[in-house]
Amino acid sequence: MAKKMRKVAIYGKGGIGKSTTTQNTVAGLVEMGRKIMVVGCDPKADSTRLLLGGLAQKSVLDTLREEGEDVELEDIRKAGYGGTLCVESGGPEPGVGCAGRGIITSINMLESLGAYEESEGLDYAFYDVLGDVVCGGFAMPIRDGKAEEIYIVVSGEMMAMYAANNISKGIVKFAQSGVVRLGGLICNSRAVDNEKEMIEEFAKKLGTQMIYFVPRDNDVQRAEINRKTVIEWKPEATQADAYRGLAKAIDENEKFVIPTPLEIEELEELLMAYGLMEAA
Amino acid sequence: MLLRHTPKKITERKALMINPAKTCQPIGAMYASLGIHGCLPHSHGSQGCCSYHRSTLIRHYKEPVSASTSAFTEGASVFGGQANMMQSITNIFSVYEPEVIAVHTTCLSETIGDDLPQITKKAHTEGKIPKGKYVISASTPSYVGSHVTGFSNMVTSMAKVAEPTGKKNHKLNIIPGWVEPSDMEEIKRMVKLIGVESILFPDTSGILNGPLSGEYKMFPDGGTTMEQLRSAGDSKGTLALGEWCSADAARWLDKSCKVPCSVLDMPFGLKATDRFIDALRIIAGVNIPDEISSERGQLVDMISDMHQYLFQKKVALVGDPDQLIAMTEFLVTLDMQPIHIVTGTSGKKFEKRIREITKDMPYEVNVKAGGDMFLLHQWIQNEPVDLIMGNTYCKYIARDEDIPYVRWGFPILDRQGHQYFPTVGYKGGIRLLEKMLGVLMDRLDRDAKEQEFELVL
Repeated sequence: MAKKMRKVAIYGKGGIGKSTTTQNTVAGLVEMGRKIMVVGCDPKADSTRLLLGGLAQKSVLDTLREEGEDVELEDIRKAGYGGTLCVESGGPEPGVGCAGRGIITSINMLESLGAYEESEGLDYAFYDVLGDVVCGGFAMPIRDGKAEEIYIVVSGEMMAMYAANNISKGIVKFAQSGVVRLGGLICNSRAVDNEKEMIEEFAKKLGTQMIYFVPRDNDVQRAEINRKTVIEWKPEATQADAYRGLAKAIDENEKFVIPTPLEIEELEELLMAYGLMEAA
Repeated sequence: MLLRHTPKKITERKALMINPAKTCQPIGAMYASLGIHGCLPHSHGSQGCCSYHRSTLIRHYKEPVSASTSAFTEGASVFGGQANMMQSITNIFSVYEPEVIAVHTTCLSETIGDDLPQITKKAHTEGKIPKGKYVISASTPSYVGSHVTGFSNMVTSMAKVAEPTGKKNHKLNIIPGWVEPSDMEEIKRMVKLIGVESILFPDTSGILNGPLSGEYKMFPDGGTTMEQLRSAGDSKGTLALGEWCSADAARWLDKSCKVPCSVLDMPFGLKATDRFIDALRIIAGVNIPDEISSERGQLVDMISDMHQYLFQKKVALVGDPDQLIAMTEFLVTLDMQPIHIVTGTSGKKFEKRIREITKDMPYEVNVKAGGDMFLLHQWIQNEPVDLIMGNTYCKYIARDEDIPYVRWGFPILDRQGHQYFPTVGYKGGIRLLEKMLGVLMDRLDRDAKEQEFELVL
């Protein structure tokens, strides 16, 4: 019998580098021989760009709009780097419709098409979710039976930590009645002073761990321009090793908790203590 | 000519639906919920949804239909409906004391992303659900599928009540699909005659066709009990009648509780009933009882006696996929010609199935899943028929085109009897024939010239 598939959701403030971190980590896991599906839950549909070598994916919702309700799995799933299976939910154009409902629709559709079946032989399903958990739709990936472990991408900036704290509140709600747990914070460095120590302390207060510290490196941007993950573009780069380290840490992680979100005062005190009240 | 604006020329439409042949998911979910004993259906959304769904069921069954609602306000749609649902659970169990609350969602609660399993779990953890009582739920957004989908979703949630003990109960689960209370009663009668012990769910007989006794019972005596639903996971098998209405629930029991299932067509007409009876006979390991053989013989007798009045009569059908598949087959058996067939429920496999059933017919069949009554009317204008069969909404077409018409399906808002007289099984087949022949012969009599007016038909 196949090992149980791990279902992972990556959350974090908009622009923090969730998609980049997710795809580079996935590339690291692929090197370790894991079979992975990445589900992008962002109307921009750019969560699989680096794995596919460009915005080559037709999103679930576009397919639904153009072809009606009789959609096949092959229409919406594409193989990318190292055999990863890539899916983009997609969504409405900015300013119209309901992006949250889009995520509910596309995850339901993937389920009914059997994308998560044991027969698919997946080791991991990754959900890359847009920004904050702003409404019920964006919480879809952490409903019972969906993602079971969550990682929050964060940096030492006030707003990133504020968002991480908010996301933790959302996790608490679903964790109390389900199996979803916080697996840790991924610090995607913005080269802020004392960043590592501060995020470690923040993680401790949330009852979790800083699972990995990803240093800032321009190779990430260079790889992005080439539409590749760092691991694919320059396997020997130091940054590639950083992502390999993160992949390994996630693969070996055993610490899953129900987080204990901070009060705003407490969060601000933390920032003060590390002397870094940055402008938002 | 109420439909005088329907043009004969058919233009392809993509965005516009006129006189749809379907309704809301929650109506199906509510009907299924009423087939559980002691159940209060609950609509998680605004009040208007609940009123509309209740009134449609009341108009069809002419029985009181109680249902509660989360009564969303603007606040609930911004902050999520969890608080309303929690309060509803507390109120319902303290005021109405049902055995079970069957919650279905609405477009609004689905769009804002309320997660009912999470909410009911929370209610459970917080002790808001009294011991021995249940809250089950189904997700039923109306912008997906149709009333048939909603029915199937709630029936699947009923299946999920199953708690397998590992010890078999030697019973057979029968999922009848969306049929009348009278049909459910008839299915139980046939099953009993063959000697199979069964768990039928849902079962609205005794609930939506009850007697007027002078005493109001909010929860009538009928319905599948929660105890039966719990033990459905220990049954020796499941017979699901209808791919659209019943198969999901049966497959869930198969997959999760290892209760093997087979999916049959709904037992309307001769051949589909034959297959149903044959399946029961094999399961029971008995010969077919004389009583059932005799009923079959009566149906065959009536078919052969009246064949001349049915032969090559063209028929237009509208309804739900499972019912239409069996009915089309029945009409073909009778040497009638079902030529226009519309369902409002989507699904390419419906069209495929109808094409299979009619493949030997010497004419082209118009069939459309996800179609509407406007299209059916246009088809009829282009190729007239001798008979229309469908729900009450067909009366406009029948009147304008002056075509004999048999009411069959859901909803029937303007004629009586469907709650009490079944159309499933051999006896039901006889009733269907009686109704078809009735309108066809009325037409013969009406149109006959004086010298051709026959006493005996």
